[in-house]
Amino acid sequence: MKILVTAKRVEDYESKIKVKPDGSGIFLEGLKYKINPFDEIAVEEGLRLAAKHGGEVVVASVGGKEVQEQLRHALAMGAHKAVWVNHAGPLDQLGVAGLLAKVCEQEKPDMAILGKQAVDDDQNQVGQYLAELLGWGMATFASKVESLESDAEKAKAPGLAVSADGKAVRVVREVDGGLDTLDVQLPAVVTTDLRLNQPRYASLPGIMKAKSKPIAELTPAGLGVDVTPKLTITKMAAPPARKAGIKVPDVATLVEKLKSEAKVV
Amino acid sequence: MSIVLIVAELQPSGQLRKATLNAVTAGRQLAEKTGGELHLAVLGANPAPVAEELRGFGARAIHTVGGLSQYVAEPYTAALSQLVQSVQADYVGMAATAVGRDLLPRVAGRLRAAMASEVMGYEGSGADVQFQRPMWAGAVIATVKLTTALKVLSFRGTEFPMAEPTGGASEVKAFTASIPASKTAFVDFKEVKSARPNLTEARVVVSGGRGTKGDFKEVEALADLLNGAVGASRAVVDAGWVPNDYQVGQTGKVVAPTLYVAAGISGAIQHLAGMKGSKTIVAINKDGDAPIFQVADYGLVADLFKALPELRESLAKLKG
Repeated sequence: MKILVTAKRVEDYESKIKVKPDGSGIFLEGLKYKINPFDEIAVEEGLRLAAKHGGEVVVASVGGKEVQEQLRHALAMGAHKAVWVNHAGPLDQLGVAGLLAKVCEQEKPDMAILGKQAVDDDQNQVGQYLAELLGWGMATFASKVESLESDAEKAKAPGLAVSADGKAVRVVREVDGGLDTLDVQLPAVVTTDLRLNQPRYASLPGIMKAKSKPIAELTPAGLGVDVTPKLTITKMAAPPARKAGIKVPDVATLVEKLKSEAKVV
Repeated sequence: MSIVLIVAELQPSGQLRKATLNAVTAGRQLAEKTGGELHLAVLGANPAPVAEELRGFGARAIHTVGGLSQYVAEPYTAALSQLVQSVQADYVGMAATAVGRDLLPRVAGRLRAAMASEVMGYEGSGADVQFQRPMWAGAVIATVKLTTALKVLSFRGTEFPMAEPTGGASEVKAFTASIPASKTAFVDFKEVKSARPNLTEARVVVSGGRGTKGDFKEVEALADLLNGAVGASRAVVDAGWVPNDYQVGQTGKVVAPTLYVAAGISGAIQHLAGMKGSKTIVAINKDGDAPIFQVADYGLVADLFKALPELRESLAKLKG
């Protein structure tokens, strides 16, 4: 089977993000960039499915030439080929989904697996938009019943269960109050939650091999997609800071503070 | 005159999900800012009882769509999109719950609308109203402008108080949607059964982290004494020590209780993003340098297995 996965370039989630005083954006100095962690889970799941069922994993990303780093990362993990949509300007979720829909029309994957959200804009929209633009079924927030410390996880078994006839996928989803299970006809869009899998590290041979794997370059104009953003950020601000707290020496003092100062017990 | 359509969410039991009332407040505020009117939508197998329950909340009309079964994105997308077009809504919004996060972007996709997720507040008024929302796990609050005629919004519950009834009796209108065959079949829902209050609605939340080593007995005992909910950091959910529904954080539940007790939680930014709106935060951790202490009102450097029982006994005495 053929699986398309995504690799958005985002600030390392451990980076300290600071807003510029004029609210025009964030300070970029010293920031490190990585593949969106949810997308990394999507790449891993694609690789596990391809290992089990045969087939190939195509990784796609949209952005300036720097996103080739994230594509190479996914190729080093084991993806077979990459599609780079070269676009340096601003983009919104509808624009990205429009581009990915065209890429899916060209590549014809059986499944598109995306991170449920990117850890920069935290919108949680592109997978759902994509499913709608393609008219495919979807299962968001894919997870699994087994924990990340289970034997199934250690054996790198995929969490997504493709049916015996290869026409559908069973997905366990993290929802409010428990776990939901859906059967979705293929082709389908799946978005990943945190506990679908633990992504592998890129091995040294993997990194070497990635250098010779193909990256196809496309453009929004070539794909015929108008990416003029319908959502624009007009201002950024730091959230209100919490008043600095205190350390208490013992439980007795803590209880006293909760009772007379905070008045919460 | 703009029309603000707020979608009620039904639980699998058919009852109203309480987060809907936070979204009703967000909708009321938006209607006020845009000089518009508030409409509500109830979709499900049997929407009538919930529509009846919502009649006193001051909506111009409550639109019901029946004949749907258990929530699955595709049929609900068809139903809601048709309703949005029929009432000519300018804004459609819903609580940023699992259902809201799943459904709204798909509806926005069908209607080619821009969407702001996890809206926390508004800026400006009239047709120029803009939306405040978190980015980078809440490290930044961005103000965004949506330029499509229809604007789709999910609301962060902790930023809008639950709506109270205002009296009156909204008109209930039944809408008939045409639902095409779905490519997705619902298989089952495994509910995490708990006698404790809902994590996002509880007045007190006691959360455990790595420091519990998977032993949540003391965390649960303190939560039970305070009639609170039990939460957890990502690490312990990943390890499979507690159900995923317990996770507090940017990608889990965002909570803002009166009292939040973090036991054995180091305080990764993703966890802090889910609880730093709490009124009073208590942190108990063996490591005095743990980042959780930077947001805690009261920090206690101690072993949670000693401190939690002691805290529970003192609080039990206090309660008499």
